[in-house]
Order: sequence, then C-alpha cells, then structure tokens
Amino acid sequence: MCLGIPAKVIEVDESGQGKVNYLGTKVKANFALLENVKIGDWVILHAGFAISQMNEEEAQETLQILREYAHIKS
Amino acid sequence: MKEFRDKKVIQGLLAEIEKNAATLKKPIKIMEVCGTHTMTIHKYGLKKLLAESGVEMLSGPGCPVCITPNEVHEAAIELVTSRPNFILATFGDMTRVPTKKGSIQTIVPAHGSRVQIVYSPEESLAMARNDPDKEIVFFGVGFETTIPAIAICVKEAYGERLSNYAVLTALWLIPPPLRAIVQAKDIAVQGFLYPGHVSVIIGKEPYRFIAEEFGIPGAIAGFEPGDILLAILSILDQMNTKKAEVANAYARVVKPGGNRQAQVIMAEMLETKDAHWRGLGLIPKSGLKLKKKYAAFDAEVKYDLRIKAGSNDLPGCCCGEVLQGKTSPPQCPLFAKQCNPESPYGPCMVSFEGACLAYYKYTWR
Repeated sequence: MCLGIPAKVIEVDESGQGKVNYLGTKVKANFALLENVKIGDWVILHAGFAISQMNEEEAQETLQILREYAHIKS
Repeated sequence: MKEFRDKKVIQGLLAEIEKNAATLKKPIKIMEVCGTHTMTIHKYGLKKLLAESGVEMLSGPGCPVCITPNEVHEAAIELVTSRPNFILATFGDMTRVPTKKGSIQTIVPAHGSRVQIVYSPEESLAMARNDPDKEIVFFGVGFETTIPAIAICVKEAYGERLSNYAVLTALWLIPPPLRAIVQAKDIAVQGFLYPGHVSVIIGKEPYRFIAEEFGIPGAIAGFEPGDILLAILSILDQMNTKKAEVANAYARVVKPGGNRQAQVIMAEMLETKDAHWRGLGLIPKSGLKLKKKYAAFDAEVKYDLRIKAGSNDLPGCCCGEVLQGKTSPPQCPLFAKQCNPESPYGPCMVSFEGACLAYYKYTWR
C-alpha cells in the first residue's frame, strides 16, 4: 500500500536511522536510500524506508494549477 | 493537501476532462496500473464520475499480494508448517491469501514456530539478530518501491554473516507486464496511469517504450484525487494532440531519473529472472532474485524449495482476469457471495490494493 501523504523528518542520526512524524504519529524511519536528509524535510515513507524527498517548488506549482481549476465552470 | 481533495478543484478538473474527452471516440480506456490508485479512484467516486465523461478506468496488475501466484504462498506455508523453531515474517495482507493449503493465518505452524506480521523488512532482520536460535524467513513481496528496502536488509545480513536469516522473494517489476498487456491486445488500453511510488524509484525512462513503440500516452500520478485527475487530463491532451509521451504529473515526489541510491542497491544485490504472474503467466525478465553471491540468503536455495510454476488458483476465482483488466470484479460469480472481505476467496479481495476489495468497499452498491 503506497502512503501518499508525506511525513516530516524529526530525528536523523549518522547511520541514517531516525524518526518521522506521520500524521501526528512518531514512526521509525531508515534514510539509507536518500542523500542529505535534514530535520524538517518532507519525505515519502514506504515499508519503513524514506524513498523520496518532497520538492517544495514542484508542490507549490501543482497547488497553483489546482487552484486555477477551482474557477472553471462546467 | 486540502486542494488535492477540494470539491471545486475536482469539479473544475472533471469539467476540463469532459471538454477534452468530447472529440475522442468512447469509451476511452485508461488503465490505472497501481493498486493504491485503484483505491483512490473508487474511494472518491472518480470511477463513476469519469465514466460520465466517457473515460473507463481499468484496474491493472499493480497489487503485489494479488499477482504473487499461489504456489509461492504455498511454499511459505510449507516452510512454517514443516520446520521447527522457525519464524515466517511477512506483511499483513500476505497472511490472508487463501490457497489449497489454507492461508498463512489459518495454518498451524510446526513446534516452536510462528508467523510474525511486520510493517518493515527491517523488523525481520532485527528478529534474526535478537533470536539466534530461530530461523527467520522474510516472505518479501513487492514491486520496485519495496525491493530496495529488502535488498538493504539482505546486504546487512550478509555483512553481519547472519546465518539464521533468509528471504523468500516475490519481487516484481512493473514495466514488463505493461508490455505483455499491450502486446496481448485483449483489451485495447489507450492510456496508462503510471504508479507514483514505483516511479519514485525507476523514474520515467523505463516506460518510454510504451509511448515510442506503441504510441500509447501515459502519465505518472500521485495518490490524491486531484493528482489522478491531473494525470488523466494529461493523457487526454496527449490523445488529442497525438503526441504520446511519459508525462510526470507527480513531480513534487518523482524525479525524472528516479532514486539513484535505490537503483544502485538493486543492481548490486539482484538480477532479473523470468517470472510467473497470477493471470498474466510467464513474463520474460519480469522478476528479480538475489545474485549468486547472496544465495545463502535466498530461502528458495537455502531450503531447496522447488516451487513449481503452474495454475494453483482456487477454482472459480477470477483474480487472474481482474489483474489483466479483462474482467470487472462484479462480473465474477463469486463476488460479494462466497468472496467478501470477511471471508475472501481470492487475493484481490484480501489486499488493500486489490480491485475486488475496492469495488466491494466503495463502488459496487
């Protein structure tokens, strides 16, 4: 099952282990598949591993596109 | 995230989809490859709303629990019922798949043995470290999204020389069955909604043949209703302009080249093999297995499991047809009768990514 909602990194140690906040719950996470993870990053978690860091610029761009569709009348 | 589910946004997107679909021949058949997409499409009522615009969504093979054939489930059952002091660790959905030998949940393990549900393969590795007197086998099922995590665990076990750890692999690649579906021509798929998190790992490139060789449009999609409709809009736009490509409608998470670290660990640990899929049969180079160097951690080698491929499906189950998009779940004679979420008869009713469960929960009544 893919979790589409990103989690926020709250702890990360040198070995690449840490924790994320996923919808208010602290969850263990392994960051071995990512480079330069920092506290505060938004990541996608899958089977205990963070697999992607969210690109904020792209997220904002998609939000902007979606907001424009709110004004289209059928 | 609220914009991705906002009523006005969704209505606007649907209006635009209707406009873009107007000049195209109906029904427009688009396959959602990923089981989590199937869930979103049914949960938010998009299946019916899109049908009103002439867009017919077909579920694809993107549920790893569903496409793993019964003989592999039976091999896992055989291990934990015949070996003492043995722990079979796996994801929750895997324990409920019915086979001729029962399901992992219903069988009686051998003396001192048990089944352990885990959320991450790392938990199975921790069990092997903490319990050296037990043999641990992780029944590892998954697509490209899950495979790197399993590969990392085997690499660690190899580094630590953990002799009581192995993985029964059911590792599947997404692009090969898409080629098989397109070539079979049983259903004329006109567009593909590519999986979001498989694409996080592999990027855009592995789907390019679908656009270039077969001229079929496609878009990588996220998991919110707004994400899915944006991707469908992109597919319709490609149809209208007759320019098939692999669009990325989930760019906030998917990089065009995928996740490099994940690709490196997969290439280091695993190699392709021809694999049998439920419903789709034998597909060349569609599965992965551990390389020879790591054979000691491959449960199939370690326990000399001779898994014989062939149809071990329970009689009457339509999962095989459902996974190819040939049969819609309510067309199965067992659907909502002998087969329901409380007492599933086939894996597509078990898994939270299964098309039958999605229909049962959200669309059928």
